[in-house]
Order: sequence, then structure tokens, then C-alpha cells
Amino acid sequence: MNPALPLARLGRATLDALAAIGQVTLFALSALSHLVRPPFYLREFGQQVMQVGWFSLPVVGMTALFTGGALALQIYAGGARFNAEAVVPQIVAIGMARELGPVMAGLMVAARVASSIAAELGTMKVTEQIDALTTLSTHPVKYLAVPRLLAATLAMPVLVAVADAIGIMGGWLVGTTRLGFNSAAYLKNTTDFLQAWDIGSGLVKGAVFGFIVALMGCWFGMNSARGAQGVGRATKGAVVAASVLILAANYVLTELFFSA
Amino acid sequence: MITIEDVHKAFGANRVLQGVDLTVARGTSTVVIGGSGTGKSVLIKCILGLVTPDRGRITVDGEDALRPKSRDAFLARFGMLFQGGALFDSLPVWQNVAFRLLRGRLKRPREEARAIALDRLARVGLKPGVADLYPAELSGGMQKRVGLARAIAASPEIIFFDEPTTGLDPIMAGVINALIREIVTEMGATAITITHDMSSVRAIADRVAMLHGGVIRWEGPVAAMDAAEDPYLQQFIHGRAEGPIETVR
Repeated sequence: MNPALPLARLGRATLDALAAIGQVTLFALSALSHLVRPPFYLREFGQQVMQVGWFSLPVVGMTALFTGGALALQIYAGGARFNAEAVVPQIVAIGMARELGPVMAGLMVAARVASSIAAELGTMKVTEQIDALTTLSTHPVKYLAVPRLLAATLAMPVLVAVADAIGIMGGWLVGTTRLGFNSAAYLKNTTDFLQAWDIGSGLVKGAVFGFIVALMGCWFGMNSARGAQGVGRATKGAVVAASVLILAANYVLTELFFSA
Repeated sequence: MITIEDVHKAFGANRVLQGVDLTVARGTSTVVIGGSGTGKSVLIKCILGLVTPDRGRITVDGEDALRPKSRDAFLARFGMLFQGGALFDSLPVWQNVAFRLLRGRLKRPREEARAIALDRLARVGLKPGVADLYPAELSGGMQKRVGLARAIAASPEIIFFDEPTTGLDPIMAGVINALIREIVTEMGATAITITHDMSSVRAIADRVAMLHGGVIRWEGPVAAMDAAEDPYLQQFIHGRAEGPIETVR
């Protein structure tokens, strides 16, 4: 084997990764430029708000409920080591609003929506529906990507707000039924402790995660390779990329918002 | 008039088009024939700007097809029937047909667009009851008809048909061929059809061009096709396994 081969492969992979980053960036810039130029496809935007937002509510709500409950149990058990069991309401609230609400909602929407967008647009690509759009004087990015990007970016903060509320309710349920907290005191501690920016930062994260989810779904879908295998790869790629980017963006935003 | 001059296109090492020259006069129906993978579809996608040629020049009535003044206005002159129909799964049939009339520069009121869609569906032999079905509920032949109705919905000057009879039984293929010929004649449109179905060629074409080896191998009136001496053309139109075109057994 040529000793330089691994190095060549590494170089090729690095170049491919850089090219992909460049292509995604150009795609995102193209979508953003179409966002502010007519025509605007309001009907498609409304449909996507329903798909991304409304239909994601059950999965996001269930995830948040169990996450909030588990968080309360963990904080109680951990806090017991240094007699700090009483901080359960405050830590559940801050944990859900700042981190777990946006991240769990983002990951669940990545699984549900990025896959769905990539599969739908990938199928449209391989069945020439995207070419057909172009021949019908309709820009595919404007018609397909922009409504999805806008809908996901606007709907995700709402989903995060719902996740925050249901997650805190999950903590309250476990706290009052399993851990012996007084209901009124639990809620008072939650509301007294929580600050507006705790919630606001989570909503901003939600908007960023929504943009990432739709961007990855659209990009992978519209660049799908031929055949069922190509669509499958695009779908998998969209979910993996969206999930990793959400976690990376979460770290960057947390550093930006909360580092001393 | 559509003029294609020295058009080259390669995908990696695969040089699909290697200097295509072809002129399609206004109001004529030209059929491009050639084996699978010879670049017939790539050629019409180059004209529409769906694929960018590596080299060469394409003009439509003197306007550079690769850099039109207004892409929307340029594309509004075209209609296209795709090989697989390429109907939008998420829209009912009438909205597929009236797609162009519901948005963009050709937008009409919704009721008017629906009326035009129903008229075009009737023109291709489909009943009004089909209008509210979804593409997945239609047979292959009906999907082709809907695709044809969509291609002519905005009365384009130039229509492309990509493998219009592929996957259809001979009777339905005959019906589609006859429809294409009638529509092209009554609209006075310029048409380019891509096919390797010789019954389509004889039904649709005024002129025939054979694409082989990345270039136009033969071009002439359909009436002259059978008498032409080109051995590649003769092997293709008679479907012979023996001849200069390499076949894999």
C-alpha cells in the first residue's frame, strides 16, 4: 500500500467537508435572499407551519414531560448528597428553560421534520419534480426551501415554550407526587426564581435550531442522489447533520449567552 | 427557432455531449432519437437551463438560452412533459395542471385557473372528475395525460416531450402520440420530442435527429429517414442487434 494513501484520503475528506460547508452556506444565503424577494408563497408557508409546528406538538410535549420528571428525580437524588433537595423546582425550571427544553425539542424536531423534509424533497428530486418546478417558472429554493425555513424558524420557539411549560409541569408532577413537595410552594419557587432571559435565551436557541433543522432537511433533500438509496442517504444525512449541528450550536449559544 | 451549436457536456469522465449542432425551426416538430444514455434528455435540459453545458451556444429566437435577460420570461415560453410525469404528489390534479396559472407572472384568479385546467384536461381526454384526484390515484397513462395537460396549460410556444410513451401499453402510447401531434399542430408550437419508440417518431415528427456518440449523427425529414444510408440510423430504426452500434448481450 502506498504510505501516502491515508494522508491523501484525509486530504480528500477535508476538501469534501470544506466544499460541503461552502455549498450549504451558499444554499442558506440563496434561501435568505429569496426570503425578502417576491413572490411569497403564503399558502405553502401556512402548510409548513402546520407540519413543523402543530404536528410536532405531541412528540415534543411527551418528550418534555418525561424529561422534566426525570430531571426532578435526578436533582433530588443528587441534591440529597449535600442537603440541597429543596432546589428541585428552581433547577428543573432553569434546566428546562435554558437547556433541555430547546435541545430536546430541537432533537425531536430534527428526527421528525428534517427526515420528513429530506425524504419529501429527495423524492421530488429523483422523480424530476424539482426540475418540473423550474420549467414552470418557479424557483425551487423559493418555493420549497423558503417556506420550510421560515416555518421552522418561527414555529420552533413556540414548540420550545410549550416544551418548557410541559417539562416544568413534569417536574412539578414528580415533585409533588413522588418527592413530597408542596404544590403551591413548588410553583412559587419556580416562578420566583425563573428570569425572563432564562426563557428568552431558550426561545432564541429554538429559532436557531429550527433554522438548522429545515436547512439540513432542504439541503440534503434537494441534493439527494438518484434512487431509493439516494433518498435514504439524504434522509439519514439530514437527521445526523441537524442533530450534531443543534448540539454544537447549543454549546456556542450557551457560551455566548451565559459565559461569565 | 432553436439553435444549438457545438454543445458539450460531461459528467465526470462520461462525455455525454461532444459537440451537438442542431437547428429546430419555429412551428416544426423535431424528434431526437438515440439509444439509452446517449444524452437526449441532457440535451433538452441544457436548452431549459436545468443542466449547464460545459461549452457551446444555445439560442432561442436569437436569445441566449444560457443567459436569458429574464429567466422567468424565458421559461414562460416553454412547456415540458417529463418522462415520469413529474406531477406534484401533494397537489390535486387540477392544481398540477394550473400550477403556472396559480402563481408567478402568469397568475390568474383561482376560479379562472381551475376552468383552464378543466379545459386542458378535457383536451387530453380526461373527465372533470379527475381534477380533484391526487396523482397517486391515477394510472400511468392518466398521469401522462395530466403531464401533457400541464405542459400545454399556459399555451407555450415551445413544448418538450421527454419519452412520452415510455411505460405505456401500445394502445395508450398511440393515443398519447396522436394527442401530441394534434396539440402541436393546433397550437402551432415548436416541439422537440425525445424518444426511442419508432412508432412515436413516425406519428409525431416532421424532422428527425439521431444522437449517437455525443453528436447528431443524422438529421433530416421523417420521410427521408427510411431511405437514409447512415448505417447507425438504419440499425436503430430497425432495431437490429447487428451493426455499428455496440450492443451488450
